[in-house]
Amino acid sequence: MFNAKYVIPGIIVFAGLFTAPFWINMLSPKHEKVVVELPAHPVTFFGEERSQCIEPREWMAANHMELLIEWRDSALRENKRIYTATDGKKWETSLQNTCMACHSNKTEFCDKCHDANSVNPYCWDCHVIPQGNNNEF
Amino acid sequence: MNSSRRYFLKVASLSTFALAAGAAGTKAAGAEYEAYPEGLKAKRWAMVIDTRRFQNPESMRPIIEACHKAHNVPTIPGPKEVKWIWDDTFEHAFADDPSPLLPRGIEERRFFLMCNHCTNPSCVRVCPAGATYTTQGGLVAIDYHRCVGCRFCMAACPYGSRSFNFQDPRPFIKELNAAYPTRMRGVVEKCTFCAERLEKGLMPACVEASNGAILFGDLNDPDSVVRQALARNFSIRRKPSLGTDPGVYYII
Repeated sequence: MFNAKYVIPGIIVFAGLFTAPFWINMLSPKHEKVVVELPAHPVTFFGEERSQCIEPREWMAANHMELLIEWRDSALRENKRIYTATDGKKWETSLQNTCMACHSNKTEFCDKCHDANSVNPYCWDCHVIPQGNNNEF
Repeated sequence: MNSSRRYFLKVASLSTFALAAGAAGTKAAGAEYEAYPEGLKAKRWAMVIDTRRFQNPESMRPIIEACHKAHNVPTIPGPKEVKWIWDDTFEHAFADDPSPLLPRGIEERRFFLMCNHCTNPSCVRVCPAGATYTTQGGLVAIDYHRCVGCRFCMAACPYGSRSFNFQDPRPFIKELNAAYPTRMRGVVEKCTFCAERLEKGLMPACVEASNGAILFGDLNDPDSVVRQALARNFSIRRKPSLGTDPGVYYII
């Protein structure tokens, strides 16, 4: 490569500077993991008290947005409103009546992670936040 | 030079494949979807309104309220109003009926108006976003997630059934039904024939509140309540000449 001894270190320095905000933040003592508030009480679904989320926690944290989009499309376009989870349990495909029945504290659950990741979903422009936890509506 | 171009194309196409495969791999776990077993099914849903039972406009208020309360429809005065079901005079409801001399009973009567859930819905044809569509039993539904607020459907609908949210509707909802979403600024909304209730085996809210004056059932089933009511009574529909084949019938 032409001028490799200048180009390669140059690229390394550029990559280091470009990603500086991430690793400076990660190494700083103020860096903390986002801790969301998990629901404390079991809620009744299909006549059964449940305290487990529909899918494993890690999977939900990574994929809930895609699951919600699937739920939306199956409910609205195919009129299928029951979701059978991988463990065989049945749930109604509803953000408002299923997810937020347990995760009723939007500020301490949804918002914490969304704020930390700087994403701004507009779910709650229409979907109603359970009252008593927030003053947004 | 040729070999390097060939190499570049190889790498580019392989990485495209890899990206596509990766994107497909993120689909949800082996989960399945099904409909509620108690859900009501029909080939063609239709509504029959016995207008003789609504001689007094006051008797129509509870039905309108039942619908608007169940679906979080805001009460906004003036030209920005949002409505799913409302009432009007014969002259306005059946605008292409030419008779200027109506019997007094009909001239004073008011008629329920709402989305007609047409067999050939012009709103669905014009929607550029695929946000409005026909679903089970010929219902015309709106996916508010997709609506871009262009209002083509409002221009296309010959019945004025659709309302636009010019502003955030939430401050105008008196009593919030926490089990149903609201809408947001910039989307169009209308009557859904209570698709969410039909899927759980319930009749539409207005039918339930009407004490039998509004009937609902499968138009393709000769034994259904709507077919029996239509067989025994003379009925008309709004603007049938337009060819939309509306699904709301009025017994006069």
